[in-house]
Amino acid sequence: MNWLPEQASDFAGRVDTVIWFVTIISLISFILITIGLVYFAIKYRRRSENDETPYITGNLFLEMLWTVIPSILVMVIFVYGFVVYRDMRTPPQDALEVNVTGKQWLWQFQYQNGKSTINELYVQQDKPVKVVMRSDDVIHSFFVPAFRVKQDLIGGMYTYLWFTPTKVGIFDLYCAEYCGTGHSAMLGKVIVMSPEAYDRWEKGEEEEEGKAVAGLPPDQLGEKLYKERGCNACHSIDGSTLVGPTWKGLFGHEVSLTDGSTVTADENYIRQSILEPQAKMVKGFGPVMPAFKGILSDDDVAAIIAYIKTLK
Amino acid sequence: MANHTIAETLYVPYLDEKGILSWLLSTDHKRIGIMYLISISTSFLIAGISSLLMRLELIAPGKTIVDAHQYNVLFTFHGTVMVFFFIVPGLAASLGNFLIPLMIGARDVAFPKLNLGSYWLYLLGATILLISLLKPADTGWTFYTPYSIKTGTDVILLTTGIFILGMSSILTGLNFIVTIHKLRAPGMTWHRLNLFVWASYATAILQLLATPVVGITLLLLIMERVFGIGFFDPAKGGDPILFQNFFWFYSHPAVYIMILPAFGVISEIIPVFSRKPIFGYKAMAYSLLAIALISFLVWAHHMFVSGMSEVAATIFSFLTMLVAIPTAIKVFNWTATLYKGSIQLHSAMLYALSLIFLFTIGGLTGVFLGSLAVDVHLHDTYFVVAHMHYVMIGGTVMGFFGALHFWYPKMFGKMFNEKVAKVAWALIFIGFNVTFFPQFILGTLGMPRRYADYPPEFHSLHELSTIGSLILGIGVFIMTVNLLRGLTNGEKAPENPYNSVSLEWQVPSPPPHENFEKIPVVTDYPYVYGKKNTQEG
Ligand code: HEC
Ligand SMILES: [Cu+2]
Ligand SMILES: [Cu+2]
Repeated sequence: MNWLPEQASDFAGRVDTVIWFVTIISLISFILITIGLVYFAIKYRRRSENDETPYITGNLFLEMLWTVIPSILVMVIFVYGFVVYRDMRTPPQDALEVNVTGKQWLWQFQYQNGKSTINELYVQQDKPVKVVMRSDDVIHSFFVPAFRVKQDLIGGMYTYLWFTPTKVGIFDLYCAEYCGTGHSAMLGKVIVMSPEAYDRWEKGEEEEEGKAVAGLPPDQLGEKLYKERGCNACHSIDGSTLVGPTWKGLFGHEVSLTDGSTVTADENYIRQSILEPQAKMVKGFGPVMPAFKGILSDDDVAAIIAYIKTLK
Repeated sequence: MANHTIAETLYVPYLDEKGILSWLLSTDHKRIGIMYLISISTSFLIAGISSLLMRLELIAPGKTIVDAHQYNVLFTFHGTVMVFFFIVPGLAASLGNFLIPLMIGARDVAFPKLNLGSYWLYLLGATILLISLLKPADTGWTFYTPYSIKTGTDVILLTTGIFILGMSSILTGLNFIVTIHKLRAPGMTWHRLNLFVWASYATAILQLLATPVVGITLLLLIMERVFGIGFFDPAKGGDPILFQNFFWFYSHPAVYIMILPAFGVISEIIPVFSRKPIFGYKAMAYSLLAIALISFLVWAHHMFVSGMSEVAATIFSFLTMLVAIPTAIKVFNWTATLYKGSIQLHSAMLYALSLIFLFTIGGLTGVFLGSLAVDVHLHDTYFVVAHMHYVMIGGTVMGFFGALHFWYPKMFGKMFNEKVAKVAWALIFIGFNVTFFPQFILGTLGMPRRYADYPPEFHSLHELSTIGSLILGIGVFIMTVNLLRGLTNGEKAPENPYNSVSLEWQVPSPPPHENFEKIPVVTDYPYVYGKKNTQEG
């Protein structure tokens, strides 16, 4: 079984070499001590109450030895870890910048070309990316195991990290700093594309977006937002319960709330549920849905409502 | 080493007086020690049950028994109770109170009334904690801002409780320092002190110097929540990283408040059951102080990815590595003590040997986390959870269980069933490793900590860990029942069942009030085992 994740960034391999280096030194020390313990415990086990034992109070040479050797080893480990860390903290000049905002409990990405995505970060293979981050509320932490990168997001200050993705694919993004009820649902994906596909994504979406504004029917726009804005992570459209209630048959039906009352799911209720989800909580669910106030426009909300209406 | 006799006729064991008030108002250090022992053991068992509930929730992905918020409450409760109610006051206050005066040849601690006052403060803190459970906090035991300012749960009461516990801890530390300086028996020079006393001394220094910082930090947090003053909330112009600096300035040394007494304990157990002097007494004593001092300089290793400067991270990584050195010396010296000994695998000794084994894993995995490049990947993953439990359970709790089995005859004048004790030990040892070893791998694979739920690829390791925790739970249960049964059904304990030469074994079991009829005169250190003329090695 693998004990390290896939290596998908250019310094993943270097970090792993440090991990292996420390692991091997640790294993040797650990095995030595375990052999010592077990061997002595068996060889010198008490045979009778009158066993004679020598009066050994210490040995300066040995004690020096096991002070000096560990000192040297930990210093080597320190230097090695530092050297790799230094490179991890020095982004190249030509890195592509992406802005990330963390908020309870979603990731919002803004690209230099004006695009923005939620919970999905699109990057190009072999092109260094510098992620400039801040938090809208509490502390979060951007963690992609396959890239071996992690950095906290803090309100009132910018932090950053960088990496060069080396493999095309989809990689898990976790929030690693505890941030409240939805902490374990604050998940995202990093989508690494080949240069051609990345090009197409940039242009293709732009065309589509243009079309959307031009005249995509609201319910189709709603469907697109459902997938793009990450609603599909928590809401199904087929009747099954995920983290949140299903949207199937939602519109026009009675919804029981945690305070014991019931409401009819009309336009206003759905609108409020999207913009301030904690205001009316559906019975049986926790307060983990992010508030989409400031993220979804009025048109977007209207489109989603139109889409929900189609889910009978 | 000590010459004294106790006239049989005058001997009244300290346990004889009955009635709850005879306990709650007693200034006898042994009674106070036992009251702490009962309180911290209760805290340990309750917090242990909350962790079993967490493990059950994590047995499979998706919701199993609790929802995300309840899960967050559980780990907050587990962490705060284990840290602040069990492990920080734990060994220092319970064993320290019981043993320090006996070991240094004193009749009590320097300030017996203050000592009782500290215990009452502990009880007060515990009561406040219980009240806070009406709306239990969900911040984690670290109370990171700004979440702890924004959450709607009851953070104020909980931190007030911890603040009061801090005062209790400071007063106990002060009391022990004065006691060790002033009340040593004639002939008890510093280099004749038990290593447990040295460890308690180093711990007391940490309690005295570090605890006020967390006290003030929690006070600032309370003020921010109540009056809205912006110390830590960036929305109000505060600095959330400042909180982390303050918090870890205490909480890293606190790790050593937790572990040093356990180091002291096994330095007592190993020589007795090997019938050998402790290897390198002075190195053992001074490495305790060295660990205590260095521990003040490494707090920011908890914050490598929190947005601090790269230069600071490098300095703290370097300093963190230094802690490994005195720690390594201790592990090697304990192992060397076994060499050519006459080793009896008494249950207390099994716990002591487990401590060396498990703490070595805990210590070595700490080196992983101290290395900058590695920490970036492992920080806030299950690797840290596993590391911390190898240090805290593998170190402190093993030391605690070892101490319970070792000094039980002296504390209660009774013997427990040794066979059952060994079975319990085996279950605990196996259960512990099955619970926590898989968590190292979960961590290297990237599973973040404090997750109420997880992606399916982590399922099998989580399942294994939960099975381990059940074995561990059964082991602790059997151990507890065995020790409790010993109180009523156990045989009467002799004065010195293991032929120890240390002072506390030279008084009757259980000891009388005021311990010594005549203050002993000390002529050597407490590890004189083996034949002197065979000096070698
Ligand atoms: C992290 C999971 C999560 C995400 C992502 C999420 N929701 Fe929710 N949502 C919930 C939960 C849980 C509830 C039920 C509790 C509540 O009322 O807040 C809910 C409730 C709702 C409701 C009320 C449903 C009912 O049955 O009454 C609507 C409408 C809704 N969400 C819309 C959205 C939209 C639109 C998006 C995407 C833009 C979205 N949600 C994204 C978790 C989520
Ligand atoms: Cu988060
Ligand atoms: Cu620390």
